[in-house]
Amino acid sequence: MDKPDLKKYWKTNLKYLAVLLSIWFIVSFGCGILFVEELNKIRLGGFKLGFWFAQQGSIYVFVVLIFVYIKLMNNLDKKYNLND
Amino acid sequence: MTLQYWTWLLVGLTFALYIGIAIWSRATSTKEFYVAGGGISPLANGLATAADWMSAASFISMAGLISFNGYDGSVYLMGWTGGYVLLALLLAPYLRKFGKFTVPDFIGDRYYSNVARTVAVFCALIISFTYVAGQMRGVGLVFSRFLEVDINTGVIIGMIIVLFYAVLGGMKGITYTQVAQYCVLIFAFMVPAIFISIQMTGNPIPQLGFGGAGADGVYLLDKLDGLHRELGFQEYTSGSKSKMDVFFITAALMVGTAGLPHVIVRFFTVKKVSDARKSAGWALLFIAILYTTAPAIALFSRINLIETVSNKKYAEMPEWFGNWEETGLITFDDKNKDGKIQYVANATINELNVDKDIMVLANPEIAKLPNWVIALVAAGGLAAALSTAAGLLLVISASVSHDLIKKMINPKISEKGELLAARLSAFVAVIVAGYFGIHPPDFVAATVALAFGLAAASFFPAIILGIFYKKMNKEGAIAGMIIGILLMLFYMTKFKFGWFGGGTKADWWFGISPEGFGTVAMLVNFVISIVIAQFTPEPPAEVQELVENIRVPSGAGVATVH
Repeated sequence: MDKPDLKKYWKTNLKYLAVLLSIWFIVSFGCGILFVEELNKIRLGGFKLGFWFAQQGSIYVFVVLIFVYIKLMNNLDKKYNLND
Repeated sequence: MTLQYWTWLLVGLTFALYIGIAIWSRATSTKEFYVAGGGISPLANGLATAADWMSAASFISMAGLISFNGYDGSVYLMGWTGGYVLLALLLAPYLRKFGKFTVPDFIGDRYYSNVARTVAVFCALIISFTYVAGQMRGVGLVFSRFLEVDINTGVIIGMIIVLFYAVLGGMKGITYTQVAQYCVLIFAFMVPAIFISIQMTGNPIPQLGFGGAGADGVYLLDKLDGLHRELGFQEYTSGSKSKMDVFFITAALMVGTAGLPHVIVRFFTVKKVSDARKSAGWALLFIAILYTTAPAIALFSRINLIETVSNKKYAEMPEWFGNWEETGLITFDDKNKDGKIQYVANATINELNVDKDIMVLANPEIAKLPNWVIALVAAGGLAAALSTAAGLLLVISASVSHDLIKKMINPKISEKGELLAARLSAFVAVIVAGYFGIHPPDFVAATVALAFGLAAASFFPAIILGIFYKKMNKEGAIAGMIIGILLMLFYMTKFKFGWFGGGTKADWWFGISPEGFGTVAMLVNFVISIVIAQFTPEPPAEVQELVENIRVPSGAGVATVH
């Protein structure tokens, strides 16, 4: 594989990381901590929304994030012929 | 059948299973001993990683902590799962491609320096030892309460079991026993949670029962908020810690999780980079099952506890109350001599003290569940403690036999000699861990938090920069690691043990607790590493090539010795 191709592969990888980690930050530090009081004014059944994000929602999103990452990277590896 | 028979039966059966697996899968080479031969499937590795990671703290203590701290307990939930996202996205695939046995191996090679390697070995040993002592204590706790043996005898029985399969099986034995232990511990955690969720809300899924309503139609969370207000406690769904502190503690736990050597090393056991990614996904999924159930258990048990004891006659307390009183983990002092239990926030009137650690273990009894469920929880607690202890012991033995002996003291050591050294160091490590389990230093709880802070302050920046910043050199990394650790040690010992003049909450820097300070030390480490790297020579060309190479997923061989 050529060097410029590897550079492009790495750049796309970094772009994916930036997007996924932004979501990671928003659901945990954002919804669960920084804006928890504001979100607590909204209710999700028996939950206050901010509290739900802190004790349930953020964890569900984390799991989804990793599986999305796996899918994205597997496709990327295939595109650049880097899968074993 | 009585509770004690059930407990002996279930604990005996699970122990027999672990030993059987260890004999069937014993290690015959260093490769099998360190990384299970490198051929573990991603699903099995995910299961093993989940068991490895979820310790006695996750299984026994965490729901109790949340139960007593309400919203503030969220730091553990987000911190200990969010770290997996960092691990899966930023570390696991690249470390797997790098393909060596241990974390100090990576640090030593990437920073072309034995000083860096030594610093890393030192960190790995401290982190692992402080952790493993806590596990042995957890084993002792379960034994003393449910099997009515002395707590010390409990620790010794635990030591013998771990010794047997860690020394014999190495990583290979540990991996397969951990798979079994995950199944035992998750079953043991879920069964009582489902029972209680049905009992209290009619919904069999605890995650939904958490937001459900009781028979009176009032949402459980609102009901508990009301009970807390009545008794003078902080409202359950809003915390008492400052926002700043919650932020920093969560960040320190996340980064600490990602930097823990016994978790990182698990990703060396799969065949290729894409498998390392997949294992991280499976691992977090399996962990999330327990971590989303724990806050539900916390809520259920808190309501049950308050309703069972508050303003009730002491003489009419159920049997579990007396049993836990005998262990000293529940204490009652009838201050106003009215024969009733006053359980309130005001310390001068409050008459009841309940240790946070007993909530998960006592929960099924408080909810009046059948004996076999209670026994199952005991077996699950043991599975959680033993699986983590074994993973940590392996890191300790690999650090000594591989990073210290093979890489620094005697590079010419034979394969057989290294394997023997690995087994001997695992043996010594078990003895030391057992000693701390029997004679716990007063600062065990503090040092477990220290382990996370240390991992965050030392490993994490060095590994991240090693992968994502090609020009990062040894001068920067070593300075960063040393200053990061020392700063963390200074802050912890100052505010936890009163060294360097001590200090109280009012003296905390920026209002950040020692538990959250790992984040600050990590940031300092990053800044120092990067600044120093600007003024010192670039890393040699072959190291820069190594970095290029680990960024590409293809061509990862099985993890090897050089």
